[in-house]
Amino acid sequence: MSWIGHYNYWAAIVLMMLGFYVVISRGNLIKKLIGLNIFSTSVFLLYISMGKIKDATAPILVDSTLAPTTVQVYSNPLPHVLILTAIVVGVATTAVGLALTVRIHERYGTIEEDEIRAKDDSL
Amino acid sequence: MATQTMIQLCILLPACGALFIAASSRFPNLREGVTLATAAGLFALVCGIYLRPDALHLAPIILAEPLPGLQLQLTLEPLGLLFAGIASLLWFITSVYTIGYMRGNKEHNQTRLYVCFAIALASTMGIALAGNLITLFLFYELLTLSTYPLVTHHQNHDAIVGGRYYLGILISTSVGLLLPAIIWTWHIAGTTTFTPGGILAGVIAPSMVALLLLMYAYGIGKAALMPIHRWLPEAMVAPTPVSALLHAVAVVKAGVFCMVKIVLYIFGAQLLTATGTNTILIALAAFTIISASIIALRQDNLKRRLAYSTISQLSYITLAVAILTPLSITGAVLHIAAHAFGKITLFFAAGAIYTAAHKTKVSELDGIGQRMPWTLGAFAIASLSMIGLPPAAGFVSKWYILQGAFSADNVPIIAILLLSTLLNAGYFVPIVYAAFFKKETSPPTHPHGEAPWTMVIALTTTALLTLILFFWPQIPLQLAAQLPGVGR
Amino acid sequence: MTPSAHLPIIQVIIPLLAAPLCIIFRSKSVAWSVALCAAWTSFAVSILIAVHVSTIGSLGYDIGGWPAPWGISYYIDYLNAFVLLIVSGICALALPYARLSVAQEIDSQSQPYFYSLLLVCFAGLLGITVTGDAFNMYVFLELSSLSAYALIGMGPRRRALTAAYQYLVMGTIGATFILIGIGLLYSLTGTLNIHDLAHQLRVNDILSSDNRTLLTAFAFLTVGLSLKMALFPLHLWLPNAYTYAPSVVTIFLAATATKVAIYMLLRFCFCIIGNGTILQMTFGKIILIPSLSAIIVASIVAIFQYDIKRMLAYSSIAQIGYMILGLSFATTTGLTAGILHMFNHALMKGLLFMVMGAISYRVGSVYLSDFRGLGKKMPWTMVAFVLGGLSLMGVPLTAGFISKWYLIKAALEIGWWDIVILILLGSLLAVIYIWRVVETAYFNPAQEIEQETGEAPLSLMIPMWILVIANIYFGIDSSIPLNLAHQAAKILMGGL
Repeated sequence: MSWIGHYNYWAAIVLMMLGFYVVISRGNLIKKLIGLNIFSTSVFLLYISMGKIKDATAPILVDSTLAPTTVQVYSNPLPHVLILTAIVVGVATTAVGLALTVRIHERYGTIEEDEIRAKDDSL
Repeated sequence: MATQTMIQLCILLPACGALFIAASSRFPNLREGVTLATAAGLFALVCGIYLRPDALHLAPIILAEPLPGLQLQLTLEPLGLLFAGIASLLWFITSVYTIGYMRGNKEHNQTRLYVCFAIALASTMGIALAGNLITLFLFYELLTLSTYPLVTHHQNHDAIVGGRYYLGILISTSVGLLLPAIIWTWHIAGTTTFTPGGILAGVIAPSMVALLLLMYAYGIGKAALMPIHRWLPEAMVAPTPVSALLHAVAVVKAGVFCMVKIVLYIFGAQLLTATGTNTILIALAAFTIISASIIALRQDNLKRRLAYSTISQLSYITLAVAILTPLSITGAVLHIAAHAFGKITLFFAAGAIYTAAHKTKVSELDGIGQRMPWTLGAFAIASLSMIGLPPAAGFVSKWYILQGAFSADNVPIIAILLLSTLLNAGYFVPIVYAAFFKKETSPPTHPHGEAPWTMVIALTTTALLTLILFFWPQIPLQLAAQLPGVGR
Repeated sequence: MTPSAHLPIIQVIIPLLAAPLCIIFRSKSVAWSVALCAAWTSFAVSILIAVHVSTIGSLGYDIGGWPAPWGISYYIDYLNAFVLLIVSGICALALPYARLSVAQEIDSQSQPYFYSLLLVCFAGLLGITVTGDAFNMYVFLELSSLSAYALIGMGPRRRALTAAYQYLVMGTIGATFILIGIGLLYSLTGTLNIHDLAHQLRVNDILSSDNRTLLTAFAFLTVGLSLKMALFPLHLWLPNAYTYAPSVVTIFLAATATKVAIYMLLRFCFCIIGNGTILQMTFGKIILIPSLSAIIVASIVAIFQYDIKRMLAYSSIAQIGYMILGLSFATTTGLTAGILHMFNHALMKGLLFMVMGAISYRVGSVYLSDFRGLGKKMPWTMVAFVLGGLSLMGVPLTAGFISKWYLIKAALEIGWWDIVILILLGSLLAVIYIWRVVETAYFNPAQEIEQETGEAPLSLMIPMWILVIANIYFGIDSSIPLNLAHQAAKILMGGL
């Protein structure tokens, strides 16, 4: 397998680093959350790639009289199921993060990190 | 009552006394009554133990076992019995004195002082009776912590700074050096129980003996070997009764007591002589004796002068035990007693002078002997003891130490002992001379006589004890004879 | 099936079901009572579990009846039982304490939500501990973390919000790393059950070969978990989070959350990799440096803090260093020391943060200057602080001494003398930062404006003093935690 054959893993790595960079470099709290989402999405891709087998079908029972050929190769469904859970966790995290951002905006009047810090220091 | 129970009571009694003192804080008379009763009871208890024939041949008492193989145990041995006896007797006398001092100076927070005193005494008893290094370390730390509120009693800036030195030096040396040394001992010997003849012989590499000995010598900050002596003069910010009992008897004696125990029961005389490491300890002690005496000469504050004198006298004990001959060890044991009675008298006198005349400096004491003859008379006797002249107890102990040095044929030690005697005379005789034979230079701001009678009684009693110990030193001698390396 | 076989699931399900109940009634006192009942029942269940484990043996439970490698199964041995005791014990003490403290710090409409979140967080931590399934562990970890973010955000000052946000970002990155690690392990073995994982790795000779995926998986897991447990230098979220969270949340999180993360590390790195492999030796060396730096650096930073809650937070970072140091020895004694310190640290930090809560209840804030004269005004509280501080320093006859002693013993067994010196240095630094507070409380006179501050109310005082007694009791007789920790360490070192 050449390294280009692993393109889905490369995509995961690129997404991950992109997201990580956004989290670190942006001062806006919403943008940070967006970065965090991209970051966790890369893991979803990683998991799904693991479960996927080329030319495989879903792991379901097929009536062999109806199907033209007997299915030999199945994809593993478990990573997909896991990622469904992980997506739910990710949504929840985003929700909590956004709720916190709203509250920060109420109390500070801004969602820029440096302005928030300035307001805290001025006290 | 079984002797074992009595030994445990030695620690429990002052601890319970502390509770009762705290409970009776509203009623000063009751509170002081409880203090006196506890102190008297404790002394009676120690005497009772002394009179038991089986006292020194008991199996160790195991109090608790926090970790497997790590026991808290109490064992009675001759030196511990002597130390416990001295500390409890002087606690009683100090309590009498304290009542006069605290009332005379209208001190605040008196209850806290009495409570901490009782806890400190409980810890001292624990040190005296400790059966292994772990127990010793536990009570050593408890003593430091319980005396901290006493040192900082005045709660002003000086007290807090003094307290920082006190706690900082004592805790950092004990945690930084003593604890590692104990752990090291435990690691190589598999036990920390005090055993006559030592537990380290044969298990420690000869090259390491010196290092471990140094870790112990400097880990026991309470023995005030130079250069970790600074806490002692700093602790003089405490009220005088505290300085008297704790920094002439309980705390510093706990330090040298630990030193003697470790030399005799952990290293053992044989190991130290075989490796020649006792010379290191002798050199350190000799240096401390001389330099502390020289510093004492230059102190004008009376209590600080006494503090440096204490540092020098403590090293006599360390030096005597490090010579490791039977006579010198006997001298060390005697000196623990002699110095305790002598130094407490001196501190009592300093406190009495402060209470009656509000004077703290040596240079202000001209002619004070006429006004306070009893106090200064006691001071003179105690000075004789410090210098080592008859008819005071200091003479006997110094005699034994010198004899020990002769029997070891150690000329430098003899020279140092003689030189330090001169120095001792140099900083005590002028005080006594000025007090009795000089005229008062300026009229005092207020006319005064003796301090309150409880104080005078206390200090004359201790002065009397120094004389008694000169004529009848049998009890400490008999106990010393049962130490390893002396008798047997 | 005997009733005791259901204990593992009951342990998690009680707080999880009680959480919505708190909100349904919309009354703060009902919510508090429900939470209290749930916490105490959980504690009782965890005691039953511990008794069962130490008398009969480990306890397994298959969720929905699906057998182990396929279904999610709960599995409890000495290690889980011990951690369960810590977590539920602290929660059972924190809730009676909570009523007054929460009533003052959080407005009354939010209080039912507060208790509900606390129970969810509690359930999450218990879930991490009981489960034997790696992915399930991740889900519970996020359950507890998400509720922890919200709980910290409820703190009385507005900086609580930014602290919670910071924790959320760093915690999510950590969780994602853990997810990647679990995913890589799954791709190697095709199983998520921790015991089956260990078995598969061994059977297929993946452990002995120099497998890159395995190394990467453990790198991700270690870093992710270090973020969650605030191992130096990944501790940045912790000081703010602990400082600005409501008092009860600080007590609860400081005593439990980081411990559970350490538990996860133990499970992954010792149960799965097993004993004696090259990977484990390297692992020990890798975490040694951060743990030592934590002990020294965090203790020094603590000395310079003026907000005492923050000071204790830095001290927590240092104490986490001690626990990880125990693990890094990779010997039975070292692990015993680390696990024992989890327990002892929960006792002392729980106590110290309870003292902070009581002081902020009476005085309003916990700056060093607020401590002036408190020795007189709140004598019992300050005595509790002194005793907790002594335990933190590791003075004999307190719980802290036992774990320090074991740590030193472990270091001596493998001849690491220099480490012993550093451990003692850490203790000395603890003396300095604790004594600063003690000195202020007892020797500095109170401020001119004489507030009527009295002793803390009884409902704050009783849990506090229960912990004081526990600190001393377990310093004198450590046989119960020591036995559990030792058995747990033996299981971990035995591989399985």
